[in-house]
Amino acid sequence: MADPSPPTTPTPPLGLHTIAEFGPHRAYSEGVRVDTGVEPDRVVNTHCCFCGQQCGMKLEVKDETIIGVKPWYEFPFNRGMMCPKGVTRYLQQAHPDRLLHAYERASDSPSGFRELGYGAAIARVAEAIDRIQRDHGRDAFAILSGASLSTEKTYLIGKFAHMCLRTANIDYNGRLCMVSAGAGNKKAFGIDRAANSWADIIGTEVVWISGANIAECAPITTNYVWQAREQGAKVIVVDPRITPIARTCDLFLPIKPGRDTALFNGILHLMIENDWLDHEFIEENTVGFEAVAAEVHPWTPRRTAEVTGISEKLVREAAEVWGQAKTSFLMHARGIEHHSSGVQNVMGSINIVLASGRIGRPLCGYATITGQANGQGGREHGQKCDQLPGGRDLDNPEHRAYVAGVWGMDPADLPMPGAIAYEIIRKAERGEIKGLLSICFNPVVSLPDNNFVRRALEKLDFYVAIDFFLNETARYADVVLPGSLQEEDEGTVTQLEGRIIKINQVVDCPGEAKQDWRIIQDIAKALGREAGLVFESSRGIFEELRIASKGWINDYSGVSWERVEENYGVFWPCPAETPPGVPLPPPEGTRRLFEPGSWNPIAKGAGPFYFEDGRARFNVTAYQGPAEDVDEDYPLILTTGRVVSQFLSGTQTRRIGPLVDHYPEPRIELHPRLAGKLGIEDGDWTLAESRRGNCTLRALVVRSIRPDTVFVPYHWPGRKSANQLTNAALDPISGIPEYKVCAVRVRKADGPPEYAGVLQSQQ
Amino acid sequence: MPVPDDMVFYVDPARCIGCQSCVQACMECDTHKGQSMIQLDFIDKANSPQTVPMVCMHCESPTCAEVCPADAIKRTEDGVVQTARKPRCIACNNCVIACPFGVPKMNTDRGLMMKCDMCYDRTYVGLKPMCASVCPSQALAFGTREEMARTRPGSIPTNTFRFGEQLIKTKVVVMVPKDAREPIVDVTASLFEPTYGNELMDDVFAEVEGP
Repeated sequence: MADPSPPTTPTPPLGLHTIAEFGPHRAYSEGVRVDTGVEPDRVVNTHCCFCGQQCGMKLEVKDETIIGVKPWYEFPFNRGMMCPKGVTRYLQQAHPDRLLHAYERASDSPSGFRELGYGAAIARVAEAIDRIQRDHGRDAFAILSGASLSTEKTYLIGKFAHMCLRTANIDYNGRLCMVSAGAGNKKAFGIDRAANSWADIIGTEVVWISGANIAECAPITTNYVWQAREQGAKVIVVDPRITPIARTCDLFLPIKPGRDTALFNGILHLMIENDWLDHEFIEENTVGFEAVAAEVHPWTPRRTAEVTGISEKLVREAAEVWGQAKTSFLMHARGIEHHSSGVQNVMGSINIVLASGRIGRPLCGYATITGQANGQGGREHGQKCDQLPGGRDLDNPEHRAYVAGVWGMDPADLPMPGAIAYEIIRKAERGEIKGLLSICFNPVVSLPDNNFVRRALEKLDFYVAIDFFLNETARYADVVLPGSLQEEDEGTVTQLEGRIIKINQVVDCPGEAKQDWRIIQDIAKALGREAGLVFESSRGIFEELRIASKGWINDYSGVSWERVEENYGVFWPCPAETPPGVPLPPPEGTRRLFEPGSWNPIAKGAGPFYFEDGRARFNVTAYQGPAEDVDEDYPLILTTGRVVSQFLSGTQTRRIGPLVDHYPEPRIELHPRLAGKLGIEDGDWTLAESRRGNCTLRALVVRSIRPDTVFVPYHWPGRKSANQLTNAALDPISGIPEYKVCAVRVRKADGPPEYAGVLQSQQ
Repeated sequence: MPVPDDMVFYVDPARCIGCQSCVQACMECDTHKGQSMIQLDFIDKANSPQTVPMVCMHCESPTCAEVCPADAIKRTEDGVVQTARKPRCIACNNCVIACPFGVPKMNTDRGLMMKCDMCYDRTYVGLKPMCASVCPSQALAFGTREEMARTRPGSIPTNTFRFGEQLIKTKVVVMVPKDAREPIVDVTASLFEPTYGNELMDDVFAEVEGP
């Protein structure tokens, strides 16, 4: 193929005036925060605002400033443990970059924005929504939401889209995060939740970790893995990089990015060959084993080794350890999910769990490690493009009728499923979507091929962003509404074990900033369509959510805020009522799924899995490989991920000084063998190019990465963004983009990039 | 009230993930807010992800105190070596240079040597030190000997270190692999050993084709 020379990435305006006014600037502890003589006015028990583990913590407040953090030893998941993001998260509050007013775009202002009264801003937004929907149809106005919001907010935003705007086009940033796992789980188990709480990790015989940089992305989970190891567990880690969790594992499988299905197929092949199967479980609790057995038959250890880049010996050893265990816990994360075959990878991993029969019992577990604060709860109650509350389906007539009944509307008025997140961007670029509201989503940094995303945003007639800082995407907005930080509101989130927990309000919103759900309701009111959106408290929203979720899979009907606080969280499903003879869940809810004899609203007692026959599904996982493989022009694999000190697109963590200092700027990781061949030394400015863009970063030469692969963390914007290079190939089932593998070429840069010496490290 | 007798501070380097949570949490200590007393380093970043946190080891005969000309560094009855006494410290840096573990830091703004005091304000009321509270991997841990023996059967505790001719016993205990040959960690000797990680790491990717 002829070399399509990569487009020169357009240099986005550095916007130095915008950065000067809105940041990101780094905040450090100073003033009252370092005054050792200060007694806090109050100490509030709450949870971290960052990852899916949702560690409990205590925040100390003095004069409406959060001045510090203390361990909350009683909260059972983390017992006082916190990662550096948790310890320093309070520095995002009372931050100099905090949006205190609404803003509108103003070409005559050096920063590009001018303050606007809150009421006038809401009126402008309502007018624009009304105009666009009238001129171009209801679906021409779209919503992009996020999974770091409380469940109450996600429920309200789903209702706002489906009932007030009646647009089909609402989706959320979990589309970049949890959807492959969600889809795979639904297909195999009929339910999308970690099958176990983390308590089942400690004491298990084998911990299998595929594509999960646990130590950096879910640090507290490390202690669970180490405890299991101390009790004798073998730890198997599958990753192209020796991450900190891999450093002392028993078996490290250095997989080539994009080949996970091949590995799982190869493992299942050996399980069948050696009869390391739980025949009774397969017979009584599953369907589809024969077809999967036929599919994996050609996946001999030799072929598996050839495709995965893992030695045959290691494949055999891993199968032996996994196959012969009596108990096990398999975990995976974005490493296998961020692929155009992400759902296949997930189903492949579930196949080896089902074949082992090790699920639904103590110390026998399976889970995806959810990434975002409310990655679990945020994907359950109606802000996904095809979903209604309770995990109900927007295209199911019965589900539409039930939810419409709760909402007091005609089911016929509910839209049908709409576009997924990246498709919304594509529709905007094609001019089919004219207006956009975004909240808790920073696609200019977080979506792949983000030069395309920028072009799409520029085409919108009207774009309103709700945020607490002016993130990089909000810079394209016509109106910015000042929303709330997690610590400025209360509500629930559901953390990665499926445990619903309570976020407590610590301080009030500053200036004209408002709690997000109030802003949404203010827009609805200004539109004159406030029916169903007149809640007076977050608790009021939760009470309605309990009813709306009742009777289906994600049943919260038995959960009250009091029950959550009394039990340090409640695991859903937690129905308020069960049929005669079926016991109600204990006070803490349903900790472990799929226990023999358990009841669910789909199987109705036929079996523990969420299908009518109560059986889990084996799914045939044909190996596909990455959408873009290496070739002569682009001979290296690029994979992306996180560092421990940053979170997602960095809107918050790039404003927290100590976190920025820990890992100041993205670097391109490469193996010394590759670096030597390219004449690159540690610290050299290095140019990485893909078919979509290029990026100049300093090299980090480390022996802990495959020599055919380079790694760049994705938390930075603009010309430092790894997503200038990544490929927007989407999984056909889940719509997740292929962040974890694309083809690049790398060479020593001719000189420092334009941004060097102009931008601070976090900008 | 002293630090409870049965509570011991442990460093378990095999568990460290380099996240710097301890470094950040140390800054939250009410006696030195905004300043961390912990050093966390990669041993050999290019060759291994291994990191190690360095807290004060609280020596039984602290070298820092022995070399202090102003007698500013005190050890409490329960064995905690404290930050230099402000009225006495002459900021001479003797302790900074002499400590075999490299722990004391000179705070030039205050003209005062500051170091980890095992969160004395917390431990003497029965709380864990900040770093050992937050550490996500529990590479820094604060607990009883029985608890450690029960929960970490693969490791054994040691608190004797050799630096050349100097033998040091510490209040803080380091967990080492059970099959460690010597009960004493010979720190100086290991300075001249090649990095063990290299060969291992090379082996991991030996069969990977490509550049």
